[in-house]
Amino acid sequence: MRHVISILVNDQPGVLQRVAGLFGRRGFNIESITVGTSEEPGLSRMVIVTRGDEKTMEQIQKQLYKLIDVAKVVDLSQNPMVARELALIKVGAEPSERPEVFGIVETFRASVVDVAANTLIVQVVGDSDKIDAMVELLKPYGIKELTRTGVTAMTRGTLRK
Amino acid sequence: MSIQSVVSSSQSREELRQRLLQPDVITGSEILLRTLLLEGVECVFGYPGGAVLYIYDAMHGNPDFKHLLTRHEQGAIHAADGYARSSGKVGVCIATSGPGATNLVTGIATAYMDSVPLVCITGNVATSLIGTDAFQEADIIGITMPITKHSYLVRDVKDLARIIREAFHIANTGRKGPVLIDIPKDVSNQKTTFIYPETIELPTYKPTVYPNKMQVDKLLAAIEEAERPVILAGGGIVYADASKELMEFVTKTRIPVTTTLLGLSGFPSAHELSMGMPGMHGTKTANYALQNADLLISIGARFDDRVTMKLDGFAPHAKIAHIDVDPAEIGKNVKTAIPVVGDVKEVLKLANLKARPAKSEAWIQRIAEMKAQYPLRYKDAEDQLKPQYVIEMISETTNGEAFITTDVGQHQMWVAQYYKFRNPRSLITSGGLGTMGFGFPSAIGVQMAHPDKLVISINGDGGMQMCSQELAICAINNIPVKIVVINNQVLGMVRQWQELIYDSRYSHIDLAGSPDFVKLAEAYGVKGLRATTKEEARAVWQEALNTPGPVLVEFVVPKFENVFPMVPQGNTLDEMIMGDSEP
Repeated sequence: MRHVISILVNDQPGVLQRVAGLFGRRGFNIESITVGTSEEPGLSRMVIVTRGDEKTMEQIQKQLYKLIDVAKVVDLSQNPMVARELALIKVGAEPSERPEVFGIVETFRASVVDVAANTLIVQVVGDSDKIDAMVELLKPYGIKELTRTGVTAMTRGTLRK
Repeated sequence: MSIQSVVSSSQSREELRQRLLQPDVITGSEILLRTLLLEGVECVFGYPGGAVLYIYDAMHGNPDFKHLLTRHEQGAIHAADGYARSSGKVGVCIATSGPGATNLVTGIATAYMDSVPLVCITGNVATSLIGTDAFQEADIIGITMPITKHSYLVRDVKDLARIIREAFHIANTGRKGPVLIDIPKDVSNQKTTFIYPETIELPTYKPTVYPNKMQVDKLLAAIEEAERPVILAGGGIVYADASKELMEFVTKTRIPVTTTLLGLSGFPSAHELSMGMPGMHGTKTANYALQNADLLISIGARFDDRVTMKLDGFAPHAKIAHIDVDPAEIGKNVKTAIPVVGDVKEVLKLANLKARPAKSEAWIQRIAEMKAQYPLRYKDAEDQLKPQYVIEMISETTNGEAFITTDVGQHQMWVAQYYKFRNPRSLITSGGLGTMGFGFPSAIGVQMAHPDKLVISINGDGGMQMCSQELAICAINNIPVKIVVINNQVLGMVRQWQELIYDSRYSHIDLAGSPDFVKLAEAYGVKGLRATTKEEARAVWQEALNTPGPVLVEFVVPKFENVFPMVPQGNTLDEMIMGDSEP
């Protein structure tokens, strides 16, 4: 089962390596990983999307807590959450095709952030399924380049563990 | 350096402490030495080199600081490991950057697998050169990340004292382990005002010491119901200094005990309720007990694969209770009904307040019958010197009270089987990693921690050759370790597996060409003795014990002796090959 884990860590050099290395050597899978500052000074937040059964998830949490730089680990997917990803998609679009592409962009509430002679960069924000769907629809126009941020997420409301 | 001078009196220690705490403007190297002394370090094991020249310069002429120069960094870290395991204090080793640091890797992994508190100090190239593939540069932090509890790269001399203090705290609390501090050369020469931090602030590191009372109550209730309970006691008993508490717990609950390799010295081998070691080369009784138990209480053990053997089918009837300071161990290998997280000493103390006996008298009776029917035994012969005989002889002549270090292989298992341990911390052996070359140098560290105690290092002829260069430091510092080499002229454990599992296709196990160990010892100025018969064995062993200073004793034993009983890999604990131990 897919899980989204939020990890609060000390903002120290090498922390990403410690966390990623732990996943690697214990055979845990990483589907995506995002890192950035958090609301607490000196702490960063990582959001990792992983897959595993209950036992694996328990081990992931416990092993993460063994890292000295890890302050808190929460499996966000245990509760209602908002999970978002951003993608930039460079699409081949001759001027004649642009209206069609703009149509798709509008439907997905995405936006065009760059227009060049025969390409467009589309920026889309949403859950991973939405981005997958958008990518599928843009494929016929020729995707020149695709980059995705990976999922970042938080639980809804003020639920606190 | 005299070994006795290592331990100074408590009065002079306090004077030293006050002197060290002065807020002088000093270099990183001086800060390092002062902080190590303030942490109570008695002796450091190390090897100099380019990136640690400032540190070694600061040692020059420093009368307070004791450093033992080994002949290989691996010797230094295994010695620090033996020091730590036998004393409960943090072991410290120093190596230079690059190859010096990478030579520590095996020792770090050894300590990590067996939860041994070490602080490993490595030099690194100057900050400005890091990342440029400079001479003797290696990313030792990156290399050791999976095998350290934590690590630090010191970027600013102002952080150094705090980092060292944190490193000692992290190494020796919670589940213990090695911590590495990498100090670039320029940092070791930068000056700052020395401030020794009074407190340690690590908000993200809070190991659980005291257990949840409800969980302990659950455990006690399960014990009162249990008819066939077993305690599996591991290294955690030894590391938490909880042998006394375990004895009280066992006495009150009337539960038979099996001790893992690392737990062996934590419970007296001769006790009525002791069943010896379980697992691959465990006793028939211990394995029988595990397979038939209705309640299995693991205390400071981690259900290693050499203990459980085939997991599917391990302790099939048992409800499992698991006491461990590391929550990640609980549920990692076996499904646990009663988890108790905490320092095992604190858990047992709390449990002992209300512990009542299990319904175990019939079970104890059955265990006693098993012990009588299946004692550990081997086929002795008057005209042969059997390795097991040598271990029994060492056990008897020392009354089970010596510090014993072992290397890895057959002799290690025979020590586990035939040495009757009485005192906690008296067995120093590489269990988790199974590091050959560990046995001899670790004994040097044990002797440094216990200058007046008898320390015996038991090795095979293979492992002895992996770190034999440290004979030099025994000789030059008169470190009186009694070095035993059980010489069967082959890599015995590998040979045994090849015989039993690979149809006697012996592949690269012949150690022909090994040195004459007596001459090797003598070449270093260490007394060497050899025995090939029982009679000689008794005589030379007595001579070794009576000789002050280091002695190497070689016991020449038959090639084809096997360690029995044995549970072949892939089998469950009740599928044992009894071999020569068949009644």
